[in-house]
Amino acid sequence: MEIIRTANLSFSASCLETRRLIIETAFKCGQATHIGGSLSMVELLTTLYSEVLAHRPHEPEWADRDIFILSKGHSFLGHLAVLQQQGYFSAEKLGTYLTNGSDFIAHPVKKPALGVESSNGSLGQGLSFGMGMALGMRRRRQDRRVYVMMGDGECNEGSVWESAATACELALGNLTAIVDENGLRNDGPNTTYAGRVVLANVWRAFGWNVVEVDGHDHEAILAAFHEARGKTEVPTAIVAHTVKGKGVPFMENNNDWHHNRITANVFEECVKALGSEKTIASGETHA
Amino acid sequence: MLEISARNARGWTRIGPRAIYGQALTALASADPNIFALSADLGRSSGLDRFSKEYPDQFLNVGIAEQNMVGCAAGLARMGYHVFASTFAPFASMRASEQVRMNMGYMREPVKLVALGSGLSMNYLGNSHFGLEDVAVMRTVPGLTIIAPADCAEIQKTLEACVGYDKPVYIRLTGVPNSPVVYTEDYVFEIGKAVRLTPLREVMLISSGTTVGHCLGAVELLAQAGIEAGVLNMHTIKPLDTDALADIAAKARAIFVIEEHTTVGGLGSAILDHYNDAGLSCPPVFRHGIPDRFVETGDYTFMLKQNRLDAEGIAEVVKERLGRIGADR
Repeated sequence: MEIIRTANLSFSASCLETRRLIIETAFKCGQATHIGGSLSMVELLTTLYSEVLAHRPHEPEWADRDIFILSKGHSFLGHLAVLQQQGYFSAEKLGTYLTNGSDFIAHPVKKPALGVESSNGSLGQGLSFGMGMALGMRRRRQDRRVYVMMGDGECNEGSVWESAATACELALGNLTAIVDENGLRNDGPNTTYAGRVVLANVWRAFGWNVVEVDGHDHEAILAAFHEARGKTEVPTAIVAHTVKGKGVPFMENNNDWHHNRITANVFEECVKALGSEKTIASGETHA
Repeated sequence: MLEISARNARGWTRIGPRAIYGQALTALASADPNIFALSADLGRSSGLDRFSKEYPDQFLNVGIAEQNMVGCAAGLARMGYHVFASTFAPFASMRASEQVRMNMGYMREPVKLVALGSGLSMNYLGNSHFGLEDVAVMRTVPGLTIIAPADCAEIQKTLEACVGYDKPVYIRLTGVPNSPVVYTEDYVFEIGKAVRLTPLREVMLISSGTTVGHCLGAVELLAQAGIEAGVLNMHTIKPLDTDALADIAAKARAIFVIEEHTTVGGLGSAILDHYNDAGLSCPPVFRHGIPDRFVETGDYTFMLKQNRLDAEGIAEVVKERLGRIGADR
């Protein structure tokens, strides 16, 4: 597959290229990777990096930048694909993914010069860290924002709710949580939030401004980010209903692809599946 | 400027380690708008009341949520604040240990995590509140400095040194009001550099935290019994002052490591690890601390006595052990 830089592409074409990059990188590394959760957040991250986040890929440590924290650190492959397409580093650099001594392993390791602001992998920790940064920005009267990407499975962690409560108490309007609610965790459905406990309602109960969106709908995502920006005295949780494995039909809602290896045969199937934008637009959302 | 004198030292120990912490941090904040104090709802227990009133923009009580406190502290540290986050020792070191590992270890965010009431100092609150394993747990975090100040003067020295120290630190506060004074005049405090409180002698006691003061008391008792012993204040438990340890290994006949901490993985273990790994030939090293069990609870004095960590108890242990070495020879 030929990977195309996304600067001049339409949104859907850009997401398609990101998915191709995820699949290709996963295939080339020859090892099991977290594919499903990387694919489910592509539209969310693409919207954020292309139209919302204040950042400069060629000046990654620009002092006035917004901060993105990938708290669902296992989906780092998806983040890396977006960072590469945004121009943070070369395709060759991305090609070092899961090689010995690489900056890029399965989970984020802090390296702001490459656009990676925090180390993650242990779920439930990114929101506290992001909250600390958001608080610091406000106390320093900086017009900057923090975005923390989380998973719905991650929201099983109690530490998430410690920080959710404090962020609301502190009225951190410059903090936005993005919850990639694909409904599946490692062992299968996230039953914690599949019955009487509705995840979006939990965020509401913690006092957050909650925007529920179809996490693959560009316009809806963009509107949610705009709404978040407008809420200056309350943090916003964008609870995005997504499809795990989105974009590759046989991976969609198929938890075999939570963490798996893409063989040559599977890669060929992926290439075919990702062949046209039409395929990408076909999936039903989890919601 | 900190003025250490016998008079001031007496006043400070009356106030006690926790209140001195809050008082000293408040004083530092008056000159440094970058100091930020976080508490997990123990501000009143750590003298931070005044801090929170005088510098409300530099203070946050995150609530009873230690994991959140450590993560938030790391985020503030990333924003350039000199962050001091405090709570009781077991909650800092164990409830939030993975946050310490990720944020202060893996990410190297230079948070200063202050463990209040460590060792046995929480009195009747019991083992749930004691810090008897914190050093063992924190020692395993790569790059984390661990400091246990010997008295209230050294707490202030530690805080001063930590403000400009761009690494994460676990600060372990033991003792209660009127714990022994160690320093009555100014001295050089340097992170990672142990302080020899007596000349180097054939019997050396190595300790940290307020146990150092009890060791000095034990040395006096031992002198009365004709045993010349010395004391090294290993205030920085990690990294160890290996030069000071080499000097002692070369000259001492017996080494005692005295600690208000389980003997599993504490300062004694760290020193033995070092002697072993460095291949240094050294005299017998005896560890004396809390045995590997939860302790019988009482007031601080009672528990120090029960565990033979007051001056009398330490002196007895030294005499017994030395007698045994003598018998073996």
